[in-house]
Amino acid sequence: MRKYWVLQRKSFSFLIDKKTTVSIIALTFAAIVAMLISIGVGDMYIAPWDVFQALMGTGLDINQLIITEFRLPRVLVAFIAGSSLALSGAILQGIIRNPLASPDMIGITGGAGFAAVAFLTMFSDDSNNLLLSINYLPLFAFGGATIVAFLIYALAWKDGVTPIRLILIGIGLMALLQALTTLMMLIGPIYRASQATIWLTGTVYGTSWNEVKALLPWFLGILPILVLLVRRLNIQGFGDDLTKGAGISVHRERFLLLMVCTALAGSAVAFAGAMGFVGLIGPHIARRISGSSFGGLLPASALIGGIMVVLADLAGRTLFSPLEVPAGVFTAAIGAPYFIYLLFKNQ
Amino acid sequence: MAVLTTSNLTLAYGKEPIIDDLNLQIPKGKITVLIGSNGCGKSTLLRSMARLLTPKDGHVLLNGKDVAKRSTKQVAKELAILPQGPIAPEGLTVLQLVKQGRFPYQSWLQQWSQEDEKAVMNALRATNLIPFMETPVDSLSGGQRQRAWIAMTLAQGTETILLDEPTTYLDMTHQIEILDLLFELNEKEKRTIVMVLHDLNLACRYAHHIVAIQDKTVYAEGAPEEIMNEQLVADVFQMSSTVIPDPVFGTPMCIPYGKGRVVRHVNTPQYA
Repeated sequence: MRKYWVLQRKSFSFLIDKKTTVSIIALTFAAIVAMLISIGVGDMYIAPWDVFQALMGTGLDINQLIITEFRLPRVLVAFIAGSSLALSGAILQGIIRNPLASPDMIGITGGAGFAAVAFLTMFSDDSNNLLLSINYLPLFAFGGATIVAFLIYALAWKDGVTPIRLILIGIGLMALLQALTTLMMLIGPIYRASQATIWLTGTVYGTSWNEVKALLPWFLGILPILVLLVRRLNIQGFGDDLTKGAGISVHRERFLLLMVCTALAGSAVAFAGAMGFVGLIGPHIARRISGSSFGGLLPASALIGGIMVVLADLAGRTLFSPLEVPAGVFTAAIGAPYFIYLLFKNQ
Repeated sequence: MAVLTTSNLTLAYGKEPIIDDLNLQIPKGKITVLIGSNGCGKSTLLRSMARLLTPKDGHVLLNGKDVAKRSTKQVAKELAILPQGPIAPEGLTVLQLVKQGRFPYQSWLQQWSQEDEKAVMNALRATNLIPFMETPVDSLSGGQRQRAWIAMTLAQGTETILLDEPTTYLDMTHQIEILDLLFELNEKEKRTIVMVLHDLNLACRYAHHIVAIQDKTVYAEGAPEEIMNEQLVADVFQMSSTVIPDPVFGTPMCIPYGKGRVVRHVNTPQYA
């Protein structure tokens, strides 16, 4: 037991993996540094230390204004969206027991995308004005994700829902939604099509505290649920028979977890667009760093996902400046090489 | 004394029953082996005894109480099942796997009590897996991997253990190793073991009690030396054979007929 801290008291007992704990602390630092750098870089460069001081309320007034009003909310939304997507992917990969599962794979993100594009094209008049406030877009996106999640579940139901049916129905729905989204963009006004494309790629451009306020409660509300579910997620990975054998009602649990996934992915996509790849690769990178047990995998996934989107947004803002490239373009560009490196190193 | 009893049990996946109106008793503290041809319903029966499959009709009683009516977590403290060919999540270590056997005893605040630690370490010791505690399950050999799963069911600390074809896909050495392990568990700790096996000769050697399933019900049950004969093999497996006492162990040994080379002058019972 050298590799663990063993806590055994009358009222509580835990077995804590030292290596995993250390890697999560390291990832937390990496996330903070990534956010400080991302906040500092822009039209006006602010050094990380000055950023830190400004956040503590002891910096220069001008720095304080730029940071708290413009840059901080954007970085926060990027981080929360990335975390939510990666968490959602990690849970889905656990309940579906397939390493290719992710919210974009089984149509949850696709549902949000379709709803958002439908919103942009249906509610715009001949002169390209939106008939409804753009502020309703997240609501539509979240609604789309939720409806699709329920639809997948209902269609996959046959004396309970098996993982394989869940993923096959999900992939089918995703293909259908993609086709409908494309159709919607083609028949809608061209101006909306380009706006829709940016949204579908995923961007945190122009986010303010309003978005943070809308997103944060979801995220903070779901975290404690995840903390409670970790133990059950671990055993779900062994298959339905063993899960039932251990005394868990598999179907109720699976539905609950699918809803958690949807809430996480739906809220993230609502404010940051249909950002791909984070939900798939985030958990894989996390697994190589912290192992497969969900106690370590969930926090590591959240941190990795957050870092990925924060860095992708940073790249999108700076690499082709003054042109802003949506962060979603770079999530794969940041995540894929690192993932391939990890696979290569482990061989 | 029966630990598991089925009363008028009917099992079906669709409309057509797989097991029909079965009354069966599994003796306590013994090794019971279910045999039967492919698709005869022996695995289905095993799964229903572990409440993984809801009966279409009838009941399964565990220590006299209906499993369907009891809290599933409570049942998990009395009965463990190892399904056929389980797969561990990528990268999961042996300890992390075996630890999950303690799930029915744990709560959010009690995730690694002294009893948990003791049960897990004992299970690892019994299966000779202490040196592999930190090894990912997917990098173990087939035999070690199966031992890890058995260790997990052992950690569950149940009187009764159900195993569905625990030796499938293992070479002869590892088959014997697994069966010896189960045999010792039964000898030393008097645990009731119920399993499905395909190898008749090993079934006869290791089982105290054999249940032969055929045509949706039990064809015969009893000690191998009492029930195993040519007629049973012919009826249950639709195969002609000769059953003789194993020259080493004395338990029934089934020699199936079929094609192949015949070396006549060796001193064995002549047939055909």
